[in-house]
Amino acid sequence: MARAAYRWLLPHPLLTLILAVVWILLQNELTAGMAVFGLILGILIPWATSIWWPDTPQGFRMGKMVAYSFLVVWDIILANIQVAWIVLTVPNGNLKPHWIVVPLELKQPEAITLLAGTITLTPGTVSADLSDEGHSLLVHVLHTDDPDGVRDEIKDRYERRLMEIFA
Amino acid sequence: MTLEVLATYAAALSLLIGSAFIAVGVIGLLKFNDPMTRLHAPTKVGTLGIGMLLLASILNAFAQGDPSMHELLIMAFLFVTAPVSANFIAKVAIHRRDCAVPPSPPRDDTWSTLNSPDGAEGQGAD
Repeated sequence: MARAAYRWLLPHPLLTLILAVVWILLQNELTAGMAVFGLILGILIPWATSIWWPDTPQGFRMGKMVAYSFLVVWDIILANIQVAWIVLTVPNGNLKPHWIVVPLELKQPEAITLLAGTITLTPGTVSADLSDEGHSLLVHVLHTDDPDGVRDEIKDRYERRLMEIFA
Repeated sequence: MTLEVLATYAAALSLLIGSAFIAVGVIGLLKFNDPMTRLHAPTKVGTLGIGMLLLASILNAFAQGDPSMHELLIMAFLFVTAPVSANFIAKVAIHRRDCAVPPSPPRDDTWSTLNSPDGAEGQGAD
C-alpha cells in the first residue's frame, strides 16, 4: 500500500531529483526556499506527465553512470583533438570514411539512446540510424583503416558498461 | 598573483582554445565534400569549443566575484541535444541518398529511415 502510494506520487524518482537540481541551477542561487520549490516542481511535473511514459527504467545504477560520464567526457576531449587533427591534416582524397554496423545486445530504448549519443559525441563517429527492429546501429566513421576495430571498441568500451548500468 | 588574476588568465586561455576548436569545426564544414563527413566536424569540435567558452564564462564570473553556474546547464542541454540534431541530419542524408548507401543490417530487413512507406514511394517516383 505504502509502495503503491510512493509509485503514484513519485513515478520517476531520478527525474524528480534532476528537475530540482536544474531548477536550482536556473535560479543560480542555493537557498532553502529555492530547493523546496525545485522539489515541488520535481514532484508535480513527473506526476502530471507520467501517463505519457508508463515504463520506468528498472535497475539503473547511478554510481556506474557517474563513472561512465567521466569516461565519456575524457573521450570527448581526446576525440576533439583527434578530429581537429584529421580536419587540418588529412586531404579530402586520402580520407577513408566508412559505414559500420554495430550489432546491439542492449534492449532498453533508454540504453540504446545513451549509446547512440555517446557514439555521436566521441572519436570521429556519428550514429546515423537504427535497424527497423532495433537489433543494429548504423554508425558513420570519419577516417579509419580498421572499421572492425572501431566496432569492437564501441562494443567493448561503451556497450559493455551500459549493459552493467542497465542490468 | 592573486587567485582573481589567475582566473582571468585561465579564462583568456579557455577563450583562445575554444575559439581555435570552433574555427577548426568551421574549416571542416567547408573543406569536406560529402554530407556525412561534413557532419563530423561541427558536431564534435563544437562541443569542446563551446565547452571551453562556457568554462571561460564560469572563470570570469568567479574572477568578478559573482560565481555563476548557469553554464553547467547550457553544457548539459548541449550534450543532450547535439547528438539528436546530428542524428536527424544523418537520417536526411540517408533518406535523400546524398551519401554512400549504407550496408544492410545483419539481422533485420532494413534501416528504419529507409523503411517508411514514404521512402518506398519516393524511390518509385524517382
